Amino acid sequence: MIEFRLTKALHTAAGPRTLDVALSLMPGELLALSGPSGAGKTTLLRMLAGLTRPDSGFLRVGGQLWYDHASRQWLPPQRRPLGVVFQDYALFPNMTVRENLAFAADGQAGAKQRVDELLELLELTELAARRPAALSGGQQQRVALARALARRPRLLLLDEPLSALDLPTRLRLQQALGEVHRQYQLTTVLISHDPAEIARLATRVVELDLGQVRSVGPPTALAAPATVVGKVLAVLPGGRLLVRLPGGAELEVSGTAGVGQEVALTVEVARVL
Amino acid sequence: MPPDYWQTLRLTLALASCTTALLLLLGLPLAYALAHSRSRLRPLAEAVVSLPLVLPPTVIGFYLLLAFSDSTALGRFLIEKLGLSLNFSFPGILVGSLVYSLPFMVQPLQAGFQQLPRSLTEAAYTLGKSRGTTLWRVLLPNMKPALLNGAVLTFAHTLGEFGVVLMIGGNLPGRTRVASIAIYDEVQSLQYDQANAYAGTLLAVAFAILVGLYWFSKKDAAHLS
Repeated sequence: MIEFRLTKALHTAAGPRTLDVALSLMPGELLALSGPSGAGKTTLLRMLAGLTRPDSGFLRVGGQLWYDHASRQWLPPQRRPLGVVFQDYALFPNMTVRENLAFAADGQAGAKQRVDELLELLELTELAARRPAALSGGQQQRVALARALARRPRLLLLDEPLSALDLPTRLRLQQALGEVHRQYQLTTVLISHDPAEIARLATRVVELDLGQVRSVGPPTALAAPATVVGKVLAVLPGGRLLVRLPGGAELEVSGTAGVGQEVALTVEVARVL
Repeated sequence: MPPDYWQTLRLTLALASCTTALLLLLGLPLAYALAHSRSRLRPLAEAVVSLPLVLPPTVIGFYLLLAFSDSTALGRFLIEKLGLSLNFSFPGILVGSLVYSLPFMVQPLQAGFQQLPRSLTEAAYTLGKSRGTTLWRVLLPNMKPALLNGAVLTFAHTLGEFGVVLMIGGNLPGRTRVASIAIYDEVQSLQYDQANAYAGTLLAVAFAILVGLYWFSKKDAAHLS
């Protein structure tokens, strides 16, 4: 059980505001933090990690006080058993994939076995000898996730981990995240702007705005993938087709078909804008 | 070849090596503190570190000469309490070199620390690593070019040092006479061949150091990618 009430002065585009959030998380819960830029999501995550000092409040994790303003208690980030996946991944460029994980697991019982297990779980075994600069964005993200798990954390914090990736990579990594969460049952806080991602992964979603909680509740369910049949209007250069959907909407897709032919498309809501 | 050629060269290299090694030790914490300081006094500290860049070496040498002499409280403390008579000695010109070359070490290191993303340090902290481990295993290996730049600039700058050494150390063979002073001395005596032996050596060493620096920088960049 994780309980906290944390406050911190924010300097937003709309002027000074106070971030004031009180929440409790059940063990194994995956909580999504959502909201516009400047809402205080990253500040809240950093306060949970111990990377930013709150102005007041408390943070209790499984009966242990990590922070308490009243009694001046403060557990530095080094002593908080947590894993963080940063927005820019923050992989150590001088270390290979395996070394990044081994550095994180260093000092733990069964460190080597843990590293091997994570490399396999996140399909990184073949990339183990590469350095981060030689990896794609999606691969780097998997390494960042594996590294955050290497220390057997009690709390996993993910700061928009998939926002910089293209859609297919994001969908694959959402599956990986879901798999990791199912396997380790870690209490997780995920910052995300993507309702489809939140619907797929989170058990609860907290909407923040200008430092205040606007709503807390289950994620909005999105429509299940559906198959629609459209008609090819034109064949475009580069293997693209212009297709008219039932109802009159037109869109470009990749594929091969002749003008006038009917094609079946699987439509999935990936993001609500 | 001048009669004390090897002796002078050994002394010059000893001064440059000791200055570089000591400034690496002193410069790292100073550069780290300057890179991460949010104090209002930071510009003042940066100005003090950079002062040797703009001051004539003779000014630095003059004030150090005074400071080390028994006419000042510091000098009397050094001589009477610690038994350190720094003027006209190797330790004296070493202290002068440390002051004179300080910005050549600290500025590249400070820039190196500032160029590293803050998230690298934070990631190491959230993995339970201490400040020391983070510095040694994460920060320093990822700023090798800055370390090398600082070390090479300091070494090369100390090799060519003249004004500070002359003011504090004079021209004592085997004790304070370094190559640049020997060149000046030989030219004063119209011994151009002997001056040329020293000058040619300094030129070759400086060129070799720079070639080594660029070669290593290229290799390191390829290694990290």
